[in-house]
Amino acid sequence: MGYYYMPGDYRIIHHPIIDFRRGRRIRFYYNDRVVEAYEGESILAALYAIGYRVFSYSPDGRRPRGAFCMIGKCSSCLSIVDGVPNTRICITPVREGARVYSQKGIPEIPHKLRVEPVETKTIKTDVLVIGGGPAGLQAALTLADEGFDVVLVDDHPRLGGQLVKQTHRFFGARRFYGGVRGFRIAEKLSKNVLERDNIHVYTQALAYGFFKEGVVGVAVRGGKPLNLIVKPKAVIGSTGACERTILFENNDLPGVMGAGGAQTLMNEYGVRPGDRAFIVGSGNVGLIVAYQLLQAGVRVLGMAEILPHIGGWFVHAAKIRRLGVKIYTKHTVTRAIGRDRVEKAVISMIDEKYQPIPGSEKVFDIDLLLLAVGLQPNYSLFSQAGTVMKYVPEIGGLVPIRTYYMETSVKNLYIAGDASGIEEATTAFIEGEIAALTIALKLGDDRSGVEKRRDQLVDYLWREYRMSPVVERARRGKLKVTVSEEDMEKIRRGELDGF
Amino acid sequence: MGFKETGVITREELEERGLLPSIERLEKGPIAIAECPEGIPCNICVNVCPFNAVLMDKIYDLPRIDPDKCIGCGVCVPQCPGLAMFIVDLSKPDRALITLPYEFPPEPRKGMRVKLLDRAGNVVGEGSIVKVWQYDKTWAVTVETPRDKWFEVRAIWIPEK
Ligand SMILES: Cc1cc2nc3c(=O)[nH]c(=O)nc-3n(C[C@H](O)[C@H](O)[C@H](O)COP(=O)(O)OP(=O)(O)OC[C@H]3O[C@@H](n4cnc5c(N)ncnc54)[C@H](O)[C@@H]3O)c2cc1C
Ligand code: SF4
Ligand code: SF4
Ligand code: FES
Repeated sequence: MGYYYMPGDYRIIHHPIIDFRRGRRIRFYYNDRVVEAYEGESILAALYAIGYRVFSYSPDGRRPRGAFCMIGKCSSCLSIVDGVPNTRICITPVREGARVYSQKGIPEIPHKLRVEPVETKTIKTDVLVIGGGPAGLQAALTLADEGFDVVLVDDHPRLGGQLVKQTHRFFGARRFYGGVRGFRIAEKLSKNVLERDNIHVYTQALAYGFFKEGVVGVAVRGGKPLNLIVKPKAVIGSTGACERTILFENNDLPGVMGAGGAQTLMNEYGVRPGDRAFIVGSGNVGLIVAYQLLQAGVRVLGMAEILPHIGGWFVHAAKIRRLGVKIYTKHTVTRAIGRDRVEKAVISMIDEKYQPIPGSEKVFDIDLLLLAVGLQPNYSLFSQAGTVMKYVPEIGGLVPIRTYYMETSVKNLYIAGDASGIEEATTAFIEGEIAALTIALKLGDDRSGVEKRRDQLVDYLWREYRMSPVVERARRGKLKVTVSEEDMEKIRRGELDGF
Repeated sequence: MGFKETGVITREELEERGLLPSIERLEKGPIAIAECPEGIPCNICVNVCPFNAVLMDKIYDLPRIDPDKCIGCGVCVPQCPGLAMFIVDLSKPDRALITLPYEFPPEPRKGMRVKLLDRAGNVVGEGSIVKVWQYDKTWAVTVETPRDKWFEVRAIWIPEK
């Protein structure tokens, strides 16, 4: 295939879909060696690109840790950056002259470190949007259009959430960007958001907790650290989801990675995550990541699916099947083999009780084992805020109960997108817009027919979009946690049984 | 085993859902085949077809190609998010022409000899590219294939030099 690489460099030069624009070449130190990188890369991406695979060691200092999530959620890349231990280098941008050391187990207290005092700033706004994926971006734009002042914070250095990593065109109706590649939707919406005077964007900004009267604390990293105290009239929580993992021998070996982690490496930073991959899980995420790996020049030796059928949509499966990727249904991964990095994956057929059948093992020579075994909503902020929650397996686990207008049991706290239960981008856009229009209705008057627009959207979401047979399970899940406004009042007063 | 188990759709499964045009229609000239059997929430093909040849009432309906309106222009091929649209033309007595989406390097060019792959990735022959064009990085590639392979061939692979 016509791929070209610099020797010893995993950076993708020619990609069929994405043109990688790299920043200025800079240098930093890794374990006292000079390494080169491009501005805009994260430290981990830059190191991965030149062949590093081990970034830290387990607390007992014995087991090597590699990249797993690539979005600052899993702690497997904790390193010492300019004297600061426990730094997640997967989300820390490279900087000229930085001194980075890999961390072996629990670090010493950095007594000698000169820490700058963290400035605290308090700001008032109409609406705080937490998370700049499709749900948050659409919500912020809708509110800005209605003339409200919005603060949008996102933990990641770039806006766009999951969209940034998607090379394929999205499904759905054109009104919600159907037919446009994910990363292009992200570019377009981020640009729109950044152009608005009444949307104040903070990236590398983690919303860490709710305080009395709806006040939210945000830790802004990057540049000068800032403790941002936001006093909004309403909050939309669109924090998305994180990846699940599963248990098997050596599942912590470097090279065992979340599917989303591999996507971040190859589609956001343009770094090929490996040469030979095996994927566990055939939901849409697994199927799409398989196709994206092929596009990035990685061989995909196969996929294992524990169910008797493929989990994701047929069209996604067909795209990789016709390029020869095998999907082993009724199979699961039982073991990873390797010393410092994964060298082999072992899969087994399973019986009716989902137990591996001895003697049915198949072994694959690989350097990348991707887990695409499901997502879990990022709910911790909402549970801290005190929302009434429910465990719903159909949509990924624990999520807040909400009204049809996306308000939780904590008044003026709304949720939208994967954080409200795993679905996909179109529903994230719609939920974000519904929440935004509801807030607009409450905070303002109804000059532009906001209520009608909102009710039409609610109707479209439930009576048309979610009626597709392929999203039936998610619809069922969302129904279980969606209540009328009257019932929500009862839940707030503790009067509704079961809540 | 059906397509949900194998990831490969059979002729019967397409026919049952009314997704396969008749041989008579295929012999008249190019027509689109939408290999999109699940009623996913998508209607991009309806929106992009310049001839209003794709019918769908609700977003979760199957795409239906009107055999009289579709001229096999191929506009839908690189724009379908599922890469599920193919154009088949059986109007020539000695060969079939298949237009399919392609998103890999190297760039396809007219005249190239390519491997022909079926829905499970098996190489079922070789063919020549007779036409290529691009829409936002996705190529629509028309290949000449043996006539009896018109139903099988659904992908190409450009061998390394
Ligand atoms: C491989 C893959 C393929 C997909 N393909 C499709 C497709 O074809 N069509 C489709 O419709 N959908 C698709 N999706 C799904 C879609 O991308 C997601 O459903 C959608 O991105 C969810 O949007 P969101 O805004 O809820 O969350 P996200 O996109 O996950 O964004 C959440 C954002 O919140 C930020 N955040 C989280 N916690 C905090 C905090 N405490 N403080 C500040 N910021 C925070 C995160 O950094 C992130 O940027 C795909 C997903 C994956 C993984
Ligand atoms: S555009 Fe493609 S994926 Fe969407 S409905 Fe039409 S055939 Fe199916
Ligand atoms: S081939 Fe042309 S006419 Fe036929 S459905 Fe596609 S876009 Fe419409
Ligand atoms: S926190 Fe860095 S890889 Fe997960």
